[in-house]
Amino acid sequence: MASGVTNNTMVIRLVVIVFGMFGFGFALVPLYDVFCDVTGINGKTANTAAVYQPSTIDKSRTITVEFLTRTHTGMPWEFQAKTKRIKVHPGELNTVQFYVRNPMRTDYVAQAIPSVSPGQAALYLNKTECFCFNQQPLSAGGEALMPMSFYVDPQLPEDITFFTVQYTLFDVTARAATMDVNDNPYLQRSGG
Amino acid sequence: MTKPAQMTSHDATLADDTVSHEHHEHHIPKGLMRWVLTTNHKDIGTLYLWFAFIMFLVGGAMAMVIRAELFQPGLQIVEPNFFNQMTTVHGLIMVFGAVMPAFTGLANWLIPMMIGAPDMALPRMNNWSFWILPFAFAILLGSLFMEGGGPAFGWTFYAPLSTTYSNDSTALFVFSVHIMGISSIMGAINVIVTIFNMRAPGMTWMKMPLFVWTWLITAFLLIAVMPVLAGAVTMVLTDKFFGTSFFDAAGGGDPVMFQHIFWFFGHPEVYIMILPAFGIISQIIPTFARKPLFGYASMVYATASIALLSFIVWAHHMFTTGMPVYMEMFFMFATMLISVPTGVKVFNWVATMWRGSMSFEVPMLFALAFIVLFTIGGLSGLMLAITPVDFQYHDTYFVVAHFHYVLVTGAIFSIMAAVYYWVPKWTGRMFNITLAKWHFWCSLVSVNVLFFPMHFVGLAGMPRRIPDYSLQFADFNQWISIGGFAFGLSQLIFLTVVIQACRKQGEPVSDQVWDGAHGLEWEIPSPAPYHTFETPPVVK
Repeated sequence: MASGVTNNTMVIRLVVIVFGMFGFGFALVPLYDVFCDVTGINGKTANTAAVYQPSTIDKSRTITVEFLTRTHTGMPWEFQAKTKRIKVHPGELNTVQFYVRNPMRTDYVAQAIPSVSPGQAALYLNKTECFCFNQQPLSAGGEALMPMSFYVDPQLPEDITFFTVQYTLFDVTARAATMDVNDNPYLQRSGG
Repeated sequence: MTKPAQMTSHDATLADDTVSHEHHEHHIPKGLMRWVLTTNHKDIGTLYLWFAFIMFLVGGAMAMVIRAELFQPGLQIVEPNFFNQMTTVHGLIMVFGAVMPAFTGLANWLIPMMIGAPDMALPRMNNWSFWILPFAFAILLGSLFMEGGGPAFGWTFYAPLSTTYSNDSTALFVFSVHIMGISSIMGAINVIVTIFNMRAPGMTWMKMPLFVWTWLITAFLLIAVMPVLAGAVTMVLTDKFFGTSFFDAAGGGDPVMFQHIFWFFGHPEVYIMILPAFGIISQIIPTFARKPLFGYASMVYATASIALLSFIVWAHHMFTTGMPVYMEMFFMFATMLISVPTGVKVFNWVATMWRGSMSFEVPMLFALAFIVLFTIGGLSGLMLAITPVDFQYHDTYFVVAHFHYVLVTGAIFSIMAAVYYWVPKWTGRMFNITLAKWHFWCSLVSVNVLFFPMHFVGLAGMPRRIPDYSLQFADFNQWISIGGFAFGLSQLIFLTVVIQACRKQGEPVSDQVWDGAHGLEWEIPSPAPYHTFETPPVVK
């Protein structure tokens, strides 16, 4: 009982499926990001600056935003939020500062990765400026005060009154080896 | 009503076949090169089955190391890093080296004989798909002897364990998985083309034996997800050695995404390892209940439904990664939905036996043990599917108990049942029934001593993949280890039975072998001639 398709044709079709699924495995990478962007389920914020449009500030709601900092394993920098917790009204522009110091004798480049919890709030957290948009170089012993300006979208669902923004600082020196360590706009004191 | 188990071929065809068998007997090549160059589906099936058996013993030896270390709390026999390599390579070998090749071996032996085809559709590719496998496992096992040891990140190779925190042997791991994947994909393509194009006249879709049906669906699962696994290991390779950041948050990637991609492969993979088992049990139960299979069509549809559902449940392995509640709900309910078609299957097997004229030959004993013990594994799977309680069970021995019930007393018991059921057809001799019964009863008792207490230590909080444990788990772990050693030794009885069978010791058997057996493979002579169905039989 042949299917009416020759063996060779069928093999070719099946091999196409195999390569298609290999490609699909890689397509899952952007699909995953798009899906998380749209639904906000990953707690990832946009990594480009939002433009602040002064609109109505919703004084009737007060949202507590908490800032947590941590450094990834093997990242020796000191990293602190100057403002640990802030109460904001939706639509209001605020700026908070983060302090970093490179205590080592060598230059480092860092990348901060934000994570918002509950993840849904990430969709409504608009950052007009953030140190996390770029890699941050710091020479040996240098320190910097890095700002983050944000406003909370008034569309934030009613049931969210509190959310946490956590920044994790990663050491990316190896892959950003050519960066000028004094080319940091937030630099306070250059080391060495 | 279709009665797939009762197909008959034309008597004249059988006579032709016997003649051609004698004619071809002289052309079987001898020596090592027979096996290296063979394109015969029976030879390749034998190679696959022996390879799987050797890997089963190698992976089992690693399990013995694990159980020896866990016999007592504290570290006594092996270093933690070596323990981790043992858990990792045990898993990889049992999944990719034992269960999957054993099923492919059975497919090679049986599918052409069951559908009345002279061989697989693509015999040269068949030779390749087997012969690259020993190289894959030589690379994997060789990596254990590298400086720093082999893979130690668990068979699931989660990033960043496999990227940031692994040693250079990861490259060997990746290449060996690539080769295993290519082998499985070639085997699957061969099965699909054979079943589509080489069925005997009259062998319509809904007359195909269930083993053929379940393998066809498995083959589609294989070509759908093995390439995704290949993609995942490729991403690990480039992340580790070539500076990409698929799974590295610092470079814009996401380690949780690894788990999504892996389990998108991994969940269909567990059905790849159980659907052929369902097919085997559906062949054996009707034979020894002496009734046609109850609900043949519903078995086919249930298998297809399980295969489709397997693509939308993967994140139940990831409930504790911090998914939003509505996604956890989705994956919880989708997972529970799979118990419906699975329940249909168990119901049908029981209904087949209902008021049947049952007898308890060795294949039937294994099949009955499969139904009971696989169902236990299925029920603990349902418990794990419940999101809120999964937070307690996650990464404990409860999970280990669950997947060993479905894989050892499920998949592996079905493979043993299949070997006992068909080996008289392959060799023409009945196996040593006394030893086989010893093998069954020793395995049945020891496997439960081995895996059942794992439920209790798991619920009490003993984490998996750790070489040490708290003192209160000591008694149960001694029982588990004793069960493990007993189960390991019981398999040496199996080895003896199989070696005796291959040496053609034992009483000659009739063509039908079992008096309730129906289907094309029971109408050809025993032992099955080197070439069968060169003239296709006519299926009425």
